[in-house]
Amino acid sequence: MPVIKGGKKHALPAGNGRLLKLELLSNPEALCLVRATVERAAEVLHFPDTDTRAIVRSVDEALANVMRHAYGGNPGKPIEVVCNKVKLDGGAKGKRAGLEIVLEDRGAAPDPAKFKSRPLDEIRPGGLGLHFIRESMDVVEFRRKKGKNQLRLVKYLSPAEQDPGS
Amino acid sequence: MQIAARPATGGTILDIQGDIDLAHSPAVRKALLQEIKEKKTPKVFLNLEKVRYIDSSGIASLVEGLKASRDIGSRLILYGLSKSVREVMELSRLQKIFEIHESEAQALAS
Repeated sequence: MPVIKGGKKHALPAGNGRLLKLELLSNPEALCLVRATVERAAEVLHFPDTDTRAIVRSVDEALANVMRHAYGGNPGKPIEVVCNKVKLDGGAKGKRAGLEIVLEDRGAAPDPAKFKSRPLDEIRPGGLGLHFIRESMDVVEFRRKKGKNQLRLVKYLSPAEQDPGS
Repeated sequence: MQIAARPATGGTILDIQGDIDLAHSPAVRKALLQEIKEKKTPKVFLNLEKVRYIDSSGIASLVEGLKASRDIGSRLILYGLSKSVREVMELSRLQKIFEIHESEAQALAS
């Protein structure tokens, strides 16, 4: 599994951390609906505004990549978005709650060379989406399995924002 | 997404309303390039006060507009950026590349 960014110990939810599952089609008009939903999910988990915007931006950019690249701009293709509440075992520092978003599509496998961000000092259109995702999320993992692309994004609450009851 | 053009001192103001995302960035790109390349407007002011969200495709449209304006020696001036739009500009390291002002009055006076 190529890991774009990550490497922290994480606990995968065994179903009970599931917050929601969205099934949508590769129509860019659906992006605003997903953004609104993910924004609310992040707010419910008490992410601060800056982190909420970062999570929304990452999911939106990832979905846009699926629509443009995996499905080549063809509308009507299936995409699944699952949001889970997860906990990071930080050892002596305790556990940290987080939001995991898993995107799945049945489009073309991406070229691993395209996982590289372009230099930002080049002023030209394009190539920024992955940079936004990497800058915004704690974990970014991609894998191709059984003809499906799966992108896993995780953002953890900082210790100061932990809800004692979570 | 709504885009409206109105005349301003030395140029045109494009009022944008809505999210500039994959669905709507082509319309922004088209409006910008029409003003810059076809009409050769010397100053194009982009009013982003009612833009809550912009994605990388929206940024790409703005960069294309900036390049086109530089090619013909005109100016593309942005104002009224929300916190979210400003963050994306900073993430892209473009906040110093674009001419950005807080308000319409400041943009027009520039």
